[in-house]
Amino acid sequence: MSVSRTLLALLEPGPRHGYDLKRAYDEQFAHGKQLAYGQVYSTLSRLLRNGLVEEAGVEHGAGPDRKRYTITDAGVTDVETWLRTAENPEPYLQNTLYTKVVLALLSGRSAHDVLDTQRSAHLAVMRDLTRRKADGDLADQLICDHALFHLEADLRWLELTAARLDALAEVVRS
Amino acid sequence: MTEPLLAGRDLHKSFGPTEALRGADVAVRAGEVLAVMGPSGSGKSTLLHCLAGIVRPDSGSIRYQGRDLVEMSDGERSALRRTDFGFVFQFGQLVPELTCLENVALPLRLGGAKRKPAEARARQWLERLEVGDLGDRRPGDVSGGQGQRVAVARALVSDPKVVFADEPTGALDSLNGEKVMRLLTDAARGAGAAVVLVTHEPRVAAHSDREIVVRDGRVKDLELAA
Repeated sequence: MSVSRTLLALLEPGPRHGYDLKRAYDEQFAHGKQLAYGQVYSTLSRLLRNGLVEEAGVEHGAGPDRKRYTITDAGVTDVETWLRTAENPEPYLQNTLYTKVVLALLSGRSAHDVLDTQRSAHLAVMRDLTRRKADGDLADQLICDHALFHLEADLRWLELTAARLDALAEVVRS
Repeated sequence: MTEPLLAGRDLHKSFGPTEALRGADVAVRAGEVLAVMGPSGSGKSTLLHCLAGIVRPDSGSIRYQGRDLVEMSDGERSALRRTDFGFVFQFGQLVPELTCLENVALPLRLGGAKRKPAEARARQWLERLEVGDLGDRRPGDVSGGQGQRVAVARALVSDPKVVFADEPTGALDSLNGEKVMRLLTDAARGAGAAVVLVTHEPRVAAHSDREIVVRDGRVKDLELAA
């Protein structure tokens, strides 16, 4: 995910200082992996350099003074273009698991074991996500569902491959 | 490892020339949700039917609380299914002529309970499965998801030690399937019942505590293999 564009888009409703921006990001998108302050400030410097944000005064408070940032017209255009552009569907053609299956078959090891170990690892993650969904709000549920559907797609491939291992063995050994 | 609640050892079962089970081993611990996965035709439903005492294996043993189901008479196995086991299947397990409440009360009535207390308990279970308002309706008048919740209530009403669920969400859409799985596993865990869950869907299996894989009539249990 583009952290830089996400931070830029979070500035669209109005100016914010770095801490506020980090908090807004973490609230919506962190899901257990919060953004480091360093990354927020380095991203803001880059956006500033590229003319996508500009400084909007300094906030004086009890702590240190804090710079506020606002999005520029070029920044708004950049966000608009990004939201309208489709993400590249990843073709996953260089698949490590497929490579492992083929190598297992070529070396006379059990390809079923490779697939079973992977199924178990996938299901362990899916169990965690399922538990998290049960305790979470709608945002959590949707984020977890996205991950669950992707993991499920891997598992469907894995079952299909398990069912075709004999045929694959003939192909790779011929 | 603690003694399993239910354990099948070296189970063989053929239907005519087709070998459905070819030396399957499986252990179910008290209170756990065990997913039984595997491709179509791998033998996972046959395994469930053997463990539940519905089908008698050609050979092997099925130990449950110190007894071997294989050695029991049909009558004994039938009584055990009524008192200790609950069942949820994909389709059609509710009696269409009875109301949902009567369906849920049925296992208790068959066990000799009087109508009023049986129905009072059935009502509690319908409420727990969030379908308390459907008691007077017949299965034909409720949606698929609601029908499965009624079936889960019926499976749990007699405080079974094991619930056998064969593709319980196979006929439901994602959201309804998810809801049924959550209610089934929450209710079973709350009641301390083990669940043997046959499914080929990974997202359904993700509601389990662990999984085994049935392939060509044999079982792979990564925990036992480790």
